[in-house]
Amino acid sequence: MSSELKIHGINGPVVTIKGRTSLGMLEMVYVGDNRLIGEVIGISDNHTVIQVYESTTGLRPGEIVTPSGGLMACALGPGMLRSIYDGIARPLEKIADISGPFIKPGLDIPAIDIERLWSVEIRTKINNTVTPGTVIATCQETPSIIHRIMIPPNLSGRVVYVASSRQYKATDKIVTIMNDKGERHNISLVQHWPIRMPRPIAQRLPINEPLITGQRVIDTLFPIAKGGASAIPGGFGTGKTMLQHQLAKYSDADIIIYVGCGERGNEMTQALTEFSELVDPRTGQSLLDRTVLIANTSNMPVAAREASIYTGITIAEYYRDMGYHVALMADSTSRWAEALREISGRLEEMPAEEGYPAYLPSRLAAFYERAGRVSTLNGGEGSITVIGAVSPQGNDFSEPVTQNTKRFTRCFWGLEKSLAYARHYPAVNWNLSYSEYVDELSPWFSKEVADDFIDLRAEIIRLLNEESELMEIVKLIGADLLADDQKLILEIARIIRVGFLQQNALHQNDSFVPIGKQYRFMKVIVALYNGAREITARQIPITRLKERGIFDKLIKSKYEIPNDELDRFDQLTDEINADIRTVISEHENEG
Amino acid sequence: MNIEYIGLKEINGPLIVLDGIRESCYEELVEIHCNENDIRTGRVITIEGDRAVIQVFEGTSGLSLSNTRTRLTGRPMSINVSKDMLGRVFNGTGKATDRLGEIYPEAQPDINGSPLNPVMREYPRDYIATGFSSIDGLITLIRGQKLPIFSGAGMSHNQLAVQIARQAATMSKSYGIVFAAMGVKSDVAEYFKQSFEESGALSHVAMFINLANDPIIERILTPRCALTAAEHLAFAHGMDILVIMTDMTSYAEALRELSSSKGEIPGRKGYPGYMYSDLASLYERAGRIKGRPGSVTQIPILTMPNDDITHPIPDLTGYITEGQIVLDRGLEQKGIYPPVSVLMSLSRLMKDGIGEKYTRDDHAALAGQLYASYAKAQEARALAGVIGETDLSPIDKLYLAFGRQFERQFIGQSKTDSRTIEQSLDLGWELLSMLPIEELDRLDKKLLDNYYNPHI
Repeated sequence: MSSELKIHGINGPVVTIKGRTSLGMLEMVYVGDNRLIGEVIGISDNHTVIQVYESTTGLRPGEIVTPSGGLMACALGPGMLRSIYDGIARPLEKIADISGPFIKPGLDIPAIDIERLWSVEIRTKINNTVTPGTVIATCQETPSIIHRIMIPPNLSGRVVYVASSRQYKATDKIVTIMNDKGERHNISLVQHWPIRMPRPIAQRLPINEPLITGQRVIDTLFPIAKGGASAIPGGFGTGKTMLQHQLAKYSDADIIIYVGCGERGNEMTQALTEFSELVDPRTGQSLLDRTVLIANTSNMPVAAREASIYTGITIAEYYRDMGYHVALMADSTSRWAEALREISGRLEEMPAEEGYPAYLPSRLAAFYERAGRVSTLNGGEGSITVIGAVSPQGNDFSEPVTQNTKRFTRCFWGLEKSLAYARHYPAVNWNLSYSEYVDELSPWFSKEVADDFIDLRAEIIRLLNEESELMEIVKLIGADLLADDQKLILEIARIIRVGFLQQNALHQNDSFVPIGKQYRFMKVIVALYNGAREITARQIPITRLKERGIFDKLIKSKYEIPNDELDRFDQLTDEINADIRTVISEHENEG
Repeated sequence: MNIEYIGLKEINGPLIVLDGIRESCYEELVEIHCNENDIRTGRVITIEGDRAVIQVFEGTSGLSLSNTRTRLTGRPMSINVSKDMLGRVFNGTGKATDRLGEIYPEAQPDINGSPLNPVMREYPRDYIATGFSSIDGLITLIRGQKLPIFSGAGMSHNQLAVQIARQAATMSKSYGIVFAAMGVKSDVAEYFKQSFEESGALSHVAMFINLANDPIIERILTPRCALTAAEHLAFAHGMDILVIMTDMTSYAEALRELSSSKGEIPGRKGYPGYMYSDLASLYERAGRIKGRPGSVTQIPILTMPNDDITHPIPDLTGYITEGQIVLDRGLEQKGIYPPVSVLMSLSRLMKDGIGEKYTRDDHAALAGQLYASYAKAQEARALAGVIGETDLSPIDKLYLAFGRQFERQFIGQSKTDSRTIEQSLDLGWELLSMLPIEELDRLDKKLLDNYYNPHI
């Protein structure tokens, strides 16, 4: 076996080596004199194919490829929260210190800061038996999150050395264990895990709890479960990124992993500044304290874009194993699929639909299946919720990425251009979207919110459906010729659309709405509908009620009623009842 | 190193293939001597052992397998940049064509640039007053933004771009305009030049011109040269640079032509699968850097083939840029200038660059209300098309009237009219006062008390 591996061919991010090599599949390698980071993606008898995660400009045939001996792996340990990484988990802040505003190739910087000191509390004793996932130490990673240092998934044995509780660097030895073969392993605060391989778990658990996002159209109409997966498809300008940012800010997950995959640089800068300024309503600490950002913007190398999704989910699994509920936002999975297509094209593979490789569905499935609520190796419970944005080409939902994503997610929030054009945000189309989790989550809503939550939700959906049928008629003959009870449905549906579904991300009372307030709002809308039906039943024109301004008052209540003054919904209900009684009695007096 | 390789192995469209090459490096620049006076440049795009595929910027006409000598330069494609580029005219590869001689280089950066680290970006917040109500009020342009104009053949995008450049760029103390023309007709290039001259801005403009009949490979380089110059002026000299790139459609066509001659697997409509990444490598070069003065603001112009916004070129552009200004043929035919279709247009950076600190406290809510009301006016118009205007409900009639006035007064303005932001916002309130207060569901009480003042 020749020890020197030399570059033979270069085509964009794809580099080939001629002849038989000892490189393994998916092994990480350093390519060329600049030691660009690459990964082996194809091996045959006469050549080995490597994808390079950095720009290959200036690379020459004949330069050396150095094996790393391991799979493409991500270092996991304390200090990842509050950080911003590129697609292969290099800290962008460190990169900026070294190379200035523009990213230079060939920087191999570990994901974990090895200089920083952590106050470590040791949680194990000599002679303890430890198995994969056992928590041996903890440290306060950020004011809101305790980092649990675990035995890596491939090790177990008996503790033979324990350091004392004090300050350590990430790579310092804190525990030594001996396995049953008598081999000793030193354990530090850092472990490595190959990004393309799911971390092991004890078992999957059925889902039972929603991820509360504070967005009415999601929590109430199309809820997502902790451990579920959802797709947000939408053309450009429909507000995918805005919605993803809202979810990252307000979801009641413990940890947020935000992957900006092939998207705009300014958006990541915005997320970084905004999250550090905003306060997490649940902990009172900075939102960034629970967030890991991964930014592989559209002008960064395409192969690293492909890796960014896996880097993100590996970090998510690591925190899940500590017993946290993690939510991962991937914006946008279409860019990831395009990166697959681009690499596949360079490899001259046979394309399937629209040039995408035939293995697109299986890669998507493998990614989304890493979501789930699980029992961890150490007996705890954690979950990963995956919310993937999809950018369908030409706003055409029948394209391969959207269609295949639909197969592997059970929640679908379809964004629509016409809603966005009318500035109806979030532009989730209620006729197109669905959530398969509703039945599984019903017990939770009944128990934690209210018995009639699910019934009210069904009523809201029914009204919206009736409206869309009536609108077909209105488009032909105008609204004036409708019967009064039909007009009432249009009016109530307007309140639902403009008041309930539309949510103003920039308004302090409306940006995040607790589920209790969502319920009260929904209930008061249905109460108005039921009350107003008494008016139409008496053949009184519905405009009589509308003139009293109660409809508009209801719409504006979302701005006027703060999140902690839910009693004011009682007043609103009283006002509605009073108005309805007045209209009826006035009519009876006239009659 | 000065080895010359005699002859070629293969010629295919703009590509040539060389055998027996030693020491070539990926994407390096090569010189191809065809005869004494014909020296062309090219770039290595694939290496396979000792064989290299080279794209020739000036085209391959006249080359044969035996009449060429090829020399490797060992460095990637770079151009000379300097502050003196302002006021000058260059071809698509960055060579001066105005007979004033080559510029004295301050630096020689690689034209492909490097990705800007998101950590080092300064989030753009300063708004640029363009003088157009439709843009300033509803699609506010921010310094450091990339905001394309989606137009169609025969519409007034060039006038709009020139007028934005004239009214907006000059707002900054230290400004410059970089103009990149890709595959445009020579009279269009001349129009831009003349307009800049008339406004007295010509000495602040660097022009990179690749005409419709120039080689397509040069067209691929044109925006890269222009943006390299823009980055130098912005970040080395602290200037606020406005980059106008027209026509991105020709650029994308050139990309497709090149891709097909390389024999690549096509994506949608024959465009290469990497077109998104390729366009992003241009558009993402807009922005600002933390702790440094200067900015690169981009206004790319593209003509949507057959006015189709779902065509891959506008579609992928829209996914990368921070919004879009869409021009509408219907408005153009009504004689409204600029014919901005405000409902389809969007500025993503607007929300953080407006409001009390930047424009006025009512700006965001007012814009939201104008959008919503105009959207309703469009619905009323659609309904009137079916049942006739006379059968509309009274409120729909009001909306119809509002929509007309909005298009005529707010969107439309004369070619010399430059409005301040206050004028634009006040005009918005004046138009809203045509509608009853119950209809204004995007505005809270405080704003209505301050600004709403119904006629009648």
